[in-house]
Amino acid sequence: MDHPGYYLHWGVVQISLANAIVIVLMLVVFVVALIAPFPGRRRR
Amino acid sequence: MTSTDERTGTDERMWTARLRRRAVTAWPPERLLPDRQPAYVASWIYVFGVLTLAALVVVLVSGGVLALEGPQWYHDSPQGHFVNSLHLWSVELFFFVMVIHLWGKFFMAAWRGRRALTWVTGAVAFLGSIATAFTGYLVQSNFDAQWISTQAKDGLNAVGVGAWFNVLNYGQMLLFHVVLFPFVLGVLVVWHVLLVRRRGVVPPFPDGTPTAQPAEEVEQ
Repeated sequence: MDHPGYYLHWGVVQISLANAIVIVLMLVVFVVALIAPFPGRRRR
Repeated sequence: MTSTDERTGTDERMWTARLRRRAVTAWPPERLLPDRQPAYVASWIYVFGVLTLAALVVVLVSGGVLALEGPQWYHDSPQGHFVNSLHLWSVELFFFVMVIHLWGKFFMAAWRGRRALTWVTGAVAFLGSIATAFTGYLVQSNFDAQWISTQAKDGLNAVGVGAWFNVLNYGQMLLFHVVLFPFVLGVLVVWHVLLVRRRGVVPPFPDGTPTAQPAEEVEQ
C-alpha cells in the first residue's frame, strides 16, 4: 500500500490494473454462466 | 346491516382490511414463497440475483457489527480488522455479482411482460449502492478517504449539487453511510424482490419474435 498502483493507459483511457483484472474476471464469469451446464437440469 | 364478515371478523370499512386484501391478492403466499420455478430458471445466469442478495446480507451484518463496536475496535483489534475486511470484501463481491446480474437482465430485456418497474427499481438500487459504497470509502478515516472526498467535492460542486450535502463533512457522510443510504437501499431491494415475485422471473427470448411468453414449469 506504500506505492502507487499500476495503471494501464490507452490514449485518454486510464484504468488501474486491479480494476481491469476485476472487469475481465466479471466478463469471464458472465460468459461461463451463459454456457456452463446447470446441475440437475432435466433433459426434455 | 353490517360490513363485518361474521365468520372471519373482517371489517371492510377498515383500511387494514382493504390493505390486507390488496396485499394478499398481489402476493398470495404461494407466489411470495413459491415451490416451483419455470424450467428456464435452471441456468447459472439466473443465480446472480440471489447471489447479490446473499452478499448484501453479509454487507449489512458485518456493517452492523462495525457500527456496534465502533472505530477504535475495527481499527485496532485483530477481530475488528477481520470484520472490517469482511465488510469491504463482501461489498466487492456484491458489486461483482450485481453487475453480472445487471448484464444478464439487460441482454434478456428483463423489462418485458409488465416488468418495467422491476427493472427500474433494480437500476435505482444499483445507483443507490454506488452512493452507499462511495460514502463508505469516505469514512475509512485514512488518506484514501481524504483524496476521494476532495476529488468528489470538486466533481459534485461542478454538477451543481454541492450545496445539498458536504462530502468533506465526516459526521454527515458517516450517518449517510450507516443510516440513510442503507435504509433507502433496503426499501428498494425489498420492493425489487416483491416485484420479481409478483411478475415472475423474466423468460428468455423465444425463437423468433421477442415477446414474453409464460414457459412450462418444472419442479426444482
